[in-house]
Amino acid sequence: MAEATNNAVKPQSALGEFWYYFTRSKGAVIGLAVFVIVVLMAIFAPLIAPHLPNEQDRTLLLLPPSWMQGGNASYLLGTDPVGRDIFSRLVYGARFSLFIGVVVVSLSVVLGVVIGLVAGFAGGKTDIVIMRVMDIILAFPSLLLALVLVAILGPSLMNAMMAIALVNLPHFVRLTRASVMTEKTKDYVVGSRVAGARWPRLMFITILPNCLAPLIVQATLAFSAAILEAAALGFLGMGAQPPTPEWGTMLAEAREFISRAWWVVTFPGLAILITVLAINLMGDGLRDALDPKLKRS
Amino acid sequence: MSDLLFEAKGVEVTYGMSKGLFGHGRPGVRVLHGVDLAIRRGETVGIVGESGSGKTTLGRALLKLVPVSGGTIRFDGQDITNLAPEAMRPLRRRMQMIFQDPMASLNPRHSIRQILTEPLFLHGLATDRRDAERQVRAILDRVSLPPVTLERAPHELSGGQRQRIGIARAVLMKPDFVLADEIVSGLDVSTQAQVLNLLKALSQEMGLSMAFISHDLSVIRAVCDRVTVMRFGEVVEEGPCETVFDAPQSPYTRLLLDAIPLPEIDDGWLTRPAPVLETAA
Repeated sequence: MAEATNNAVKPQSALGEFWYYFTRSKGAVIGLAVFVIVVLMAIFAPLIAPHLPNEQDRTLLLLPPSWMQGGNASYLLGTDPVGRDIFSRLVYGARFSLFIGVVVVSLSVVLGVVIGLVAGFAGGKTDIVIMRVMDIILAFPSLLLALVLVAILGPSLMNAMMAIALVNLPHFVRLTRASVMTEKTKDYVVGSRVAGARWPRLMFITILPNCLAPLIVQATLAFSAAILEAAALGFLGMGAQPPTPEWGTMLAEAREFISRAWWVVTFPGLAILITVLAINLMGDGLRDALDPKLKRS
Repeated sequence: MSDLLFEAKGVEVTYGMSKGLFGHGRPGVRVLHGVDLAIRRGETVGIVGESGSGKTTLGRALLKLVPVSGGTIRFDGQDITNLAPEAMRPLRRRMQMIFQDPMASLNPRHSIRQILTEPLFLHGLATDRRDAERQVRAILDRVSLPPVTLERAPHELSGGQRQRIGIARAVLMKPDFVLADEIVSGLDVSTQAQVLNLLKALSQEMGLSMAFISHDLSVIRAVCDRVTVMRFGEVVEEGPCETVFDAPQSPYTRLLLDAIPLPEIDDGWLTRPAPVLETAA
């Protein structure tokens, strides 16, 4: 169908506008670039990694990085105490880190948004009960609570992810509830009620899209926090179990060699640092781009 | 069946009342003190009063958008005062509302097409997408907006266009009653006239009953058959438009009438003492 645009300046699409404001921040673009590299690394791990993550070479234990004396070109970042290539393990480890981030964030976003919507929308006693439970979860130091949960459920990557998701939950519930409470008094919600919408429709189709901006930002930041907490749990032996090439677990396995072979702990640590930093920078950029109050410069 | 469409008797609304978790709640503030209002079929009733007089609350109480703490509201002979939300739904189609600020009343994340077609599906007024599209295009044409408007988001339209969308959304449901809450107070004078004329024409075509809330008596006079004057949550005066405007019984109505700006400039307007009203009855 032919459509005549009557105004000379075509209004920017929402996505175009978002991209414009996102690229205003250098940090966000760098963060996005690094994040894309990590994602590609995870996807094409078998092509990038020169060795299999669990392949051991008994003759090459604690080999230093390739540029140092005694290094071997096929082991770019050296080998660990049992002769596995650290670079290959890091590349495969990216899969676990991203997997953890995705699972934890989707779990806590979905649950948190639904609970937050119900709390904000229903109000009254439902709201009070839900928010007090969330306050109780928040009252525990998050890593400690996750540790306790994993200790109860048994140490494994899956249980660690569920524990971290639960720890992250209150942030999403509070954020959603706060947005819902400001949005639900607005006239367009009344308009929808007059139009005959039932409450599930009001909640999910009328109100929710207007609450998404802060949630997206919180989700990115929770993504990096999840990676960090999974690494911490792995380091404490409560997360992914050896020989899984998870970054935190790699750190834990190598800690006794910290004075003899610095590369076994440094590179997994750097991998965590760089990934988390990149995602946080991206999250900040997202917030600036999605927050209408900061937009009009 | 009587020709009364809406009949409100002794309506009371209390805001901020809470039960409290442990039994001791707050009593709340009563903003309507037993208001009576009757709206006949095909009639436009104006509700006037200063800010805080309870006119918006009264309108919303009629549509059951705020909880009523006392009195009865009958719609088309049926008592709807304590009707459950689910029982209220079929009646919702028959009572529509146009809002003061169309920017706030149109969902910013939805396109105009979504805003207009959704209510049709909610009430089963459209059988499929094409039928809905046809109805929506017809109504857009009626409110003099081009079909391209459907692709737009609310923030891409002008104030007058947005208010036309608000009107289109209300009349699309083929209602019996429309509540128009200060619908022209955010528009400039020439747009006001267009919007009012459109609404008047539509109400005559469709035989609509309307409650027209405004603080502007000249607007009320232009569109209404009868007028209800409110102050402090009570009805001060009620009657046919001409009677109330030509021979106001209450001093408060007199005061409101005197507040209409006149086209000729009165030399002494600055030095003249402000009109004072003794405490309300």
